[in-house]
Amino acid sequence: METNMQQAPLPARAWSGLSIGRAQWAPWARRIIFFGGLFLTWEMIARAGIWPEYLFPAPSVVIGALANGIGKGLYLTAAWVSLQRIAVGYAISLAIGVALGLLIGRVRALNETLGSLVLGLQALPSVCWLPLAILWMGLSERAIIFVVVMGALFSITLGVEAGVKNTPPQYVKAARVLGARGLALYTEVVLPAALPAILSGLKQGWTFAWRSLMAGELLFYTLSLGNLLQTGRDLNDAAQVMAVMLMIIIVGVTIDQTVFAPLERRVRARWGLNM
Amino acid sequence: MMTDVMTKTDAPILRLEGVSKTFNGQNGAVEALQPLSLDVRAGEFVCLLGPSGCGKSTLLNLIAGLERPTTGDVFANGRPVVGPGADRVLMFQDGALFPWLNVRANVEFGLRQTGLPKRERAGAAQRWIDAVHLTGFERSFVHELSGGMRQRVAIARALAIDPAILLMDEPFGALDAMTRDLMHRELESIWQSTRKTVLFVTHNVREAVALGDRVLVFAARPGRIVAEFRIDLPRPRSLEDHALVDQARRITAVLREAGANSNHSAARPGEPG
Repeated sequence: METNMQQAPLPARAWSGLSIGRAQWAPWARRIIFFGGLFLTWEMIARAGIWPEYLFPAPSVVIGALANGIGKGLYLTAAWVSLQRIAVGYAISLAIGVALGLLIGRVRALNETLGSLVLGLQALPSVCWLPLAILWMGLSERAIIFVVVMGALFSITLGVEAGVKNTPPQYVKAARVLGARGLALYTEVVLPAALPAILSGLKQGWTFAWRSLMAGELLFYTLSLGNLLQTGRDLNDAAQVMAVMLMIIIVGVTIDQTVFAPLERRVRARWGLNM
Repeated sequence: MMTDVMTKTDAPILRLEGVSKTFNGQNGAVEALQPLSLDVRAGEFVCLLGPSGCGKSTLLNLIAGLERPTTGDVFANGRPVVGPGADRVLMFQDGALFPWLNVRANVEFGLRQTGLPKRERAGAAQRWIDAVHLTGFERSFVHELSGGMRQRVAIARALAIDPAILLMDEPFGALDAMTRDLMHRELESIWQSTRKTVLFVTHNVREAVALGDRVLVFAARPGRIVAEFRIDLPRPRSLEDHALVDQARRITAVLREAGANSNHSAARPGEPG
């Protein structure tokens, strides 16, 4: 099997690994210079004293407030509350969204009816559900989770639908001649084939859910990240507002980088989409 | 007793009676395949040869049970074909391997559908992976394999469920000449050791002559069989063999004549097959 050996796959991973070190150094240097300059300018403008510090604090003050908030445990407790809410809301969206997307993607009658409804609702910013949610459920945990679900559900549904619709028919045919029937056809072929597209829907859904949660929490009185923003405003404390904003960015980016980015990288690599 | 055995071996494993297919597209009905009848003996290697759009792929889809004929019936092992079945497996030009599964899981796919226990599944899969010379690549993913290796996996995956009939739709069409040559020899040896019935679609005359016991020549628009050749050359065959080259030349002449008679100006970019 000499020919066989010649056909052995190239060690693609090792090859790209070599180039990473040098190629990624330059962008990071540019980023550091950019942000360094940005913070320096901000610091100087704040120090110039054009606006009072409680309205326009220097970045050093904001960082101080952030360190203080985290140090006292307040920001971490608030972040924990928000993360729990988004976990519940996102899990619900995931369960409903995958099922709904599959149905809309595979059943024409549902695509023409339910599909256009989902498309329409996707155009509605999810915060718009908040007044209705409060009317129906009061200022409760359920109301805020409802808004989170409305934020994530339609993105996930449309992502799954797009993925399922674009499943190469060849895969389904191959699975059928190999004996796959009914539900197995969906769980073992249609869904995995659609996974790259589904993942981008999941990622977008997460972003929308996080935004909806923050908007919703602004109105709530219990401790949470959104609520801390509101408290900062009430106390005329722009430093706290900005510190909490930073905190929200940090949590958002962390989830994206630790959950979605690696997941997406793995799927793209395995599906051979990185070439 | 004796007559029983005789009828069993003599009855065609595959019988097509007046099978035709018409697609209703946006530009009206397209006759992909004119009614045709065909018997295939068990263990026979039949090549379907013809240009794009001659309905040869459509025919494989009908036999696989992925599509229903507009008229006529397909019988496999004497039973009418109403859908896909484990006695007939279709292989595609691009292999249609599942990129989310590694080589072993791809080969096991059909066995998993039958509910075979894990241990037996793994054993059967390994035998076929070894048979197509991919030992050591069990855990590789599809994008890590060359075109030839992918087709080996596809062959292993198809044969793992032990079908009586193997339907191959231009399986080596995208391979380079050397790999293709190698795959011919391996397919021939697998066919000789398993005695499967093979229907092999190709537009390559020499490939058809090198592999087939019988070559059915198709013409396009509408798809139909215009000639049938029995190839009695000894195996294994060499592409350089004079007898083979002569045979290929005769078939090419028939193909060319059929092509001239077909209305190519009406050709659509998307072939119905």
